[in-house]
Amino acid sequence: MNGAQDLGGMMGFGAVVPEPVKPLFHADWEPRAFALTLAMGATGEWNIDMSRRARESMEPGRYLTSSYYQIWLSALESLLAERGLVGPDEIAAGRSLHQSRPVKRVLAAGEVAAMLARGGPSERESDMPAGFAVGDRVRARNMHPTGHTRIPRYCRGRTGVIEAVHGVHVFPDTSAAGEGEQPTWLYGVVFDGPELWGEGTDPSLKVRIDLWEPYLEAF
Amino acid sequence: MTGGNDHHGHHHHHDDHDHHHDNDHGSHLSQTDARVRALESILIEKGYVDPAALDVLIETYETQVGPHNGARVVAKAWSDPQFHDWLMRDATAAIHSLGYIGRQGEHMVAVKNTEREHNMVVCTLCSCYPWPVLGLPPVWYKSAPYRAKAVRDPRGVLADFGVTLPEGKEIRVWDSTAEIRYLVLPERPEGTDGWSEEELARLVTRDSMIGTGLALTPAELKEQGA
Repeated sequence: MNGAQDLGGMMGFGAVVPEPVKPLFHADWEPRAFALTLAMGATGEWNIDMSRRARESMEPGRYLTSSYYQIWLSALESLLAERGLVGPDEIAAGRSLHQSRPVKRVLAAGEVAAMLARGGPSERESDMPAGFAVGDRVRARNMHPTGHTRIPRYCRGRTGVIEAVHGVHVFPDTSAAGEGEQPTWLYGVVFDGPELWGEGTDPSLKVRIDLWEPYLEAF
Repeated sequence: MTGGNDHHGHHHHHDDHDHHHDNDHGSHLSQTDARVRALESILIEKGYVDPAALDVLIETYETQVGPHNGARVVAKAWSDPQFHDWLMRDATAAIHSLGYIGRQGEHMVAVKNTEREHNMVVCTLCSCYPWPVLGLPPVWYKSAPYRAKAVRDPRGVLADFGVTLPEGKEIRVWDSTAEIRYLVLPERPEGTDGWSEEELARLVTRDSMIGTGLALTPAELKEQGA
């Protein structure tokens, strides 16, 4: 969706503010929100694409004025409510008010290291032929899906060149919608700066974007 | 504990967050703090999370996983041509060989800064970042100014970090829109011939592996130590 998360190329946010490596967290609640998000992710009640969809579904005004862990927290609350795990009434009350169904899995302390090491690889075995090869000129489609997508607005309708073929990966658009992984080819596509941003752009700028086959058309 | 009934400057419970953030209101923060505490107790009460697992998750990223991992990868690539070639060919396997693996680093690609070209990594759509080698991302990496500006004006971003690239150097920005995670291999600073991997790793900053900075020079390292 064309939400506030799709930030590439926007202006007016001011300078980037560097920060040292430590402290890692900037308020006591941040590590708790972080850990709750990971632990609930490990229950298997939703996938990473559904999490991203929940985060970017925040009302744009709120998205842009929230810190990233606040965005995570808000998305966690909506995922819990959507699945009937924690009701909005319980969140408002700050305590459990009714019985809820059990989750598929509960992450135990002793399983954390293995869970993190396993991660969530997105590549899938497939004998589907790739539609494009390294060197092909392609155009990013002018598409505006209302659901979750990973094609940034700033490249839509622009032409680039396939530079890498990453293999067949879970397709986020369907995965986020609960329509299955529908794995498809993923490519690294390079765009010239002036093609993306027009006149006056640094001619030496190149932007490399990872795009799935359904986002691309031959040019 | 309830959140949000009155947060107009009153502090309901002991909290000391107000001084941490310039951007946030103290009242706003204590409201968020209450919300998180409430959510945590609800999830524990319902048996969805194991509180001990939460502590292990936090401790892992506070103490074990961080940019010192990536610095070791870079220092080894600078010192060992075979490892360098492996890293450039199959970063996931090469990085795994040093023990760094898993979540948010399942599919790694190393991109190399050269005399001709500088690389910078961003995630314009969210906060994708190579956790096993860099840890959790800094606030600026996840925030609008960086995500908006990096793909359009990376030299402007570098200026925000006090970095100016030599005239004529090309710049390439990697937008992490899929599950591929990018690690910048910075240029090895001059005057480091014969340095051990441990010494070299001290030159490798987090920002140099994102591409918003360069590796420290020996003189800068000395200054930092002083």
